[in-house]
Amino acid sequence: MLDQRAQGSTTAAGLIAKIAVLAVVAALAVWAAVPLIAAGAWWGLALEAAVAAVLFYVYLQRRAVQLKYLVPGTLLLIAFQILPVVLTVGTSFSNYGDGHRVDKEQATESIIAAGVQQTPGGATYLLAVGESASGELTLLLTDTADGSTWAGTEAGLAELDGATVDPTGRVTAAPGYTVWTLADLNERQAELADLAVPTGDTTGIKVQGLSAFEGESTRSYDEACDCITDSATGTVWYADDETGTFVTEDGQAALVGWRVNIGFGNYLDVLTDPDIRGPFLGVFTWNVAFAAGSVLFTFAIGLGTAMALNRPGMRGTKVYRAFMILPYAMPSFAMLLVWAQMFNRDFGLVNELFGLNVNWYGGTWPARAMVLIANTWLGWPYMFLISLGALQALPSDSLEAAKIDGATGVTAFRKITLPLLLIALTPLLISSFAFNFNNFNAIELLSGGHPFEAGDAVGGTDLLITYAFRQAFGSSSADYGFASAISVFIFLIVATISAVMFRFTRNQEDVYS
Amino acid sequence: MTTAVATKRKGRKSFLKWAADTGWRHAVALAALLFGLVPIVYVVSAAFNPNGTLSSTNLLPTSFGLGNFQKLFTDDNVPFASWFANSLMIAVPAAFISIFISSLAAYAFSRFRFRGRRPMLLFLLLIQMFPAFLAVVALYLIFGSIGEFYPIAGLNTKLGLMLVYMGGALGVSTWLMKGFFDTIPKELDEAATIDGASHAQIFFGMILPLAAPIIAISGILAFVGTMNDFILASLFLTDRPEMTLAVGLKTLTAENSPASYFGIFAAGTLLTSILTVAVFMSLQRYIVSGLTGGAVKG
Repeated sequence: MLDQRAQGSTTAAGLIAKIAVLAVVAALAVWAAVPLIAAGAWWGLALEAAVAAVLFYVYLQRRAVQLKYLVPGTLLLIAFQILPVVLTVGTSFSNYGDGHRVDKEQATESIIAAGVQQTPGGATYLLAVGESASGELTLLLTDTADGSTWAGTEAGLAELDGATVDPTGRVTAAPGYTVWTLADLNERQAELADLAVPTGDTTGIKVQGLSAFEGESTRSYDEACDCITDSATGTVWYADDETGTFVTEDGQAALVGWRVNIGFGNYLDVLTDPDIRGPFLGVFTWNVAFAAGSVLFTFAIGLGTAMALNRPGMRGTKVYRAFMILPYAMPSFAMLLVWAQMFNRDFGLVNELFGLNVNWYGGTWPARAMVLIANTWLGWPYMFLISLGALQALPSDSLEAAKIDGATGVTAFRKITLPLLLIALTPLLISSFAFNFNNFNAIELLSGGHPFEAGDAVGGTDLLITYAFRQAFGSSSADYGFASAISVFIFLIVATISAVMFRFTRNQEDVYS
Repeated sequence: MTTAVATKRKGRKSFLKWAADTGWRHAVALAALLFGLVPIVYVVSAAFNPNGTLSSTNLLPTSFGLGNFQKLFTDDNVPFASWFANSLMIAVPAAFISIFISSLAAYAFSRFRFRGRRPMLLFLLLIQMFPAFLAVVALYLIFGSIGEFYPIAGLNTKLGLMLVYMGGALGVSTWLMKGFFDTIPKELDEAATIDGASHAQIFFGMILPLAAPIIAISGILAFVGTMNDFILASLFLTDRPEMTLAVGLKTLTAENSPASYFGIFAAGTLLTSILTVAVFMSLQRYIVSGLTGGAVKG
């Protein structure tokens, strides 16, 4: 322990550094507060002030010096590792996703706006469509009367600053949005049919071809029955607070719903919905097999090579080792893409070299063999390195003793070398298993989850993590709630693996102490 | 090796002995090398193949040209230079800051005794089993809302992506560095304290310079891990010129890319790997010891 009296900024340079750092913290805190105040996000502001206060306290006090060293990493850890995990668990209990992005009030307004009929003299707009960074469809509108630009979503209309417009006035680019081309606009017209931007209690903006108009809605919300009535068609939608949707009496749901807590709904879907349960079990089994197979094959090849090269005085070992490290040193993402090309059916190297005509992406088993082969290639040099390190660290006296007792070759390896090696390497093998269990890159870059049976959301080589990723960000509609539920499954599995690993580590400590 | 073969090959008997003793070792090593090197040779061959298509590429090159490398920097549709720059602009500062933050924590764990020290160390061991991308949906939602308030750090920004990478600063590298710091004698600290040095001076002036090798290794492992990340980078950076190498190069092999892009892709792979291979080769020795310390390449 250090002498407490000597701690603190004793030199002028130290003092200046401390003042400078705290000044930067203060400046950042003020800068960060401005948008929060502007938006009236008081909880955010309170949190931000608390973080700044903690920083100031930690670096101005003199008693708990260790905090000064721990706080930066801990704050980042909380913000970007722990909070996401907590939020994942939270989201997994909701129906958050496309069709359930907004709150109930906004959903009501949006449905009302969808019933808008053009009124004579109402505002008309030139239409462009953009996708916001979070994938939400947004109408980018140019008022034909005065040329002002607006951004409209199912939550409402907001002014759009900094947009680029073409000579006719149509928005062609806007900060924060990916703007559709005209071809996109034609192709995806159907997605816009139900999109409506509420502008008042009964008014809204609706799309018509390449333009949009503001008008009066024939629909109205009645609080007494918690329902929306369309006076033109006579349809009535009743709010269902459990599923977050408006439903007609014969069970037709309105397209826009709202975000609600659905309890264990997402988890129950996995367990009870036969359309999900079957594929999910398949993915889970394959996921375990993929991780186990990857560890087994890489370890077998790596250990075999390490055994071969572990001989003092053998020539060329340095050269061998330098070349064997190469696959490990190559950027793994790029080599996965190379392997993906090597497995091309018509022109790929694998079929060409071995005179095969296998459609590696076509069948479940060829695709699975493919990802295992490529992943083994990526992983074995690592196993080689750690096996060689462990072999060289083996106590030579036990091997000598075994030799004297007459154990040679296979027996000595099986009874002496392998058990000793496994004691040292088991934690690394388990963490390799955990790594491969969530090896997103290997699947996404090699097979992309292929092959897919017609109509199936799950591919033959999908892992849980690639499946979850596609549920949230794939081309079909986003379902963040369900994807989060799968992530929670992954958390639980990884936690189990970690528990096993900790036990092994503890056993190992017992051996060495 | 050939001389070894020649001298050992004096008679049939001694050859058999050599084969049983050392020969099989060379056979195994060569077989492993063959498996290991084929894809790499193939990339080299494809990179220098002037046609650039998959169908015209063989394992051993039949013709030679630098056209692919040229296109890498001239084709408007392939902003390779920006991808490379983006990757470096994200990975270098992220690795630097992560390792700095991690070394701060390692110093605290190594030199101070405080309540909650052991639980925190164990917790760090646990959290490294949960890489950030497992919570990818939540990260996406978090940065979606961050972007609403601070457009500079939201989705589609380098800063946002860097923040995620830095969130994983504490972890394996903290343990590695703590282990190394523990081997630096505490008597040095005490001597410095008597001479009037503050804890900050001890850390910056003494511990950091002494621990330079382990800091370099941790930094490189963090850098390589960041360079190889695909899942987060693909989600955060979607504009073509803003992509990182991993995301950008993947678009070159996508089904709707022209067939001749394969050669360009291979050339890009080769240029990318020069960096990582050079680093690995020069530091093999340290990396091996770092690996057995429990780090897994991400």
